[in-house]
Amino acid sequence: MLEIKNISKTFGDRQVLYDISGSFRPGQTSLIIGGSGTGKSVLLKCMIGLVKPDSGEVLYDGRNFLADNEEEQKVIRREMGVLFQGSALFDSKTVLENVRFPLDMLTDMSAGEKNERAQVCLQRVGLEGAGDRMPSEISGGMKKRVGIARAIVLNPKYLFCDEPNSGLDPLTSIKIDQLIKEITDEYQITTIVITHDMNSMLEIGEKIIFLYQGKKLWEGDSDSIVHSTIPELNDFIYANKLLREMEK
Amino acid sequence: MLMSHIGKYFIFLGTLFTNREKAGVYYRLVMDECISIGIRSIFIVSIVSTFIGAVTCVQTAYNLVSPLVPLYIISVIVRDSTILELAPTITSIVLAGKVGSNIAGQLGTMRITEQIDALEVIGINSSSYLVLPKVIAAMLMFPLLVILAGFLSIWGGYIAGTLADIITPQDYIFGLRSGFNTFSVPFAIIKSVVFAFLIATISAYQGYNARGGALEVGNASTTAVTNSCIAVLAADFLLAQLLL
Ligand SMILES: Nc1ncnc2c1ncn2[C@@H]1O[C@H](COP(=O)(O)OP(=O)(O)OP(=O)(O)O)[C@@H](O)[C@H]1O
Ligand SMILES: [Mg+2]
Repeated sequence: MLEIKNISKTFGDRQVLYDISGSFRPGQTSLIIGGSGTGKSVLLKCMIGLVKPDSGEVLYDGRNFLADNEEEQKVIRREMGVLFQGSALFDSKTVLENVRFPLDMLTDMSAGEKNERAQVCLQRVGLEGAGDRMPSEISGGMKKRVGIARAIVLNPKYLFCDEPNSGLDPLTSIKIDQLIKEITDEYQITTIVITHDMNSMLEIGEKIIFLYQGKKLWEGDSDSIVHSTIPELNDFIYANKLLREMEK
Repeated sequence: MLMSHIGKYFIFLGTLFTNREKAGVYYRLVMDECISIGIRSIFIVSIVSTFIGAVTCVQTAYNLVSPLVPLYIISVIVRDSTILELAPTITSIVLAGKVGSNIAGQLGTMRITEQIDALEVIGINSSSYLVLPKVIAAMLMFPLLVILAGFLSIWGGYIAGTLADIITPQDYIFGLRSGFNTFSVPFAIIKSVVFAFLIATISAYQGYNARGGALEVGNASTTAVTNSCIAVLAADFLLAQLLL
């Protein structure tokens, strides 16, 4: 169980997040949705410790991540995997080295064990043959998958994905979504996905949090989202003409 | 504004040395950086220093019009000016352009593509992991490049002087051997180590703190080179005052 409590964040004189709380369960894919610039990435970065919120708490199974206890932070960091918005693969390393990197840095496994584990993860995302390629040589969709493989290589209890399907075609997007959902089920991970893709919301959103200008306006599941009465949320999900007509 | 940058620069320097990874992790990284900073700079350093030696020789001869001054003075001047000043400083200025922009560009790109965040997330001190190997490699490689530059400048002077019939080989060699102040070699090496530290850390600071997109990374590279050059020249002056 991952809980956030009353997170607020200001950059300079611009408040980006207002008092956001929520909780996320293991084995469930939770989505954070909202328009561009509403603070989704900043909220995620607060959760994973890349941005320090001005106030609020982040509790990983009751452990306070933001309390200045470096040892505890290290333990928690080992339990989380992150897929960044732009995949963030290390471009000086091959695909296999990228996936193996967390193992290299954080475990005492032998070289053979590490390679084997990295291969298993590459296989899991359907890229078993691409280990020797460089990130610059693979497509955007493949990069996301390598990013996922790297995020799950340490068997995380918490998985964070920032727009896993931005910039991908609808079919590839759905495949990536399915992959994330399967992995979440399979290993009972607490997964948090940022997205503004309607397909993802309806397909994998077991729990959805809607951010609007830094505030949490709505929370629910994919069945109730289409019946919401919040105008901002309706504007957001029915931005698409087809859906707007379907609503009528 | 300037003061806050300088303050942040020193805080950045502090983060390089706190909370490092295991020493074994750095060994390979330093080796890789030695190749990229050292080996890949040999060519440009060789070209520049050979020509500097040649030009110094020819210009010194041109300026020495008095028949009373013996010709071997030309090679004395080539030797002293290149070892003391031209080899370390010009080499470092050239490397500020090559190595500095490379460091700033690489780190800046890693920053804006979230690669640095990806390191931080798994609990790695990204500044020390990424920057320290570059600083160490630069401090190891710059002195070697400067020694190479010193030799090649003197050789370039020899080639230019003898080919243009300015000076005989005997006079040139005689000049090289006369009245040599042995401190000039360690002084050149001290300078190169200081310059290496300045160039690597200033460029890394610019790249590491880049925000935004490709434009900002380009700006960070430019600023890195300009600031490095200024720092090198200022340090050159200070070291000359302090040590000579
Ligand atoms: N480090 C920072 N310093 C200052 N402002 C920032 C910083 N990071 C984000 N912001 C601002 O916070 C706001 C929210 O940004 P954020 O990246 O969270 O948006 P987002 O919801 O993820 O958008 P998108 O869907 O486009 O990724 C933006 O207006 C952005 O300019
Ligand atoms: Mg974002």
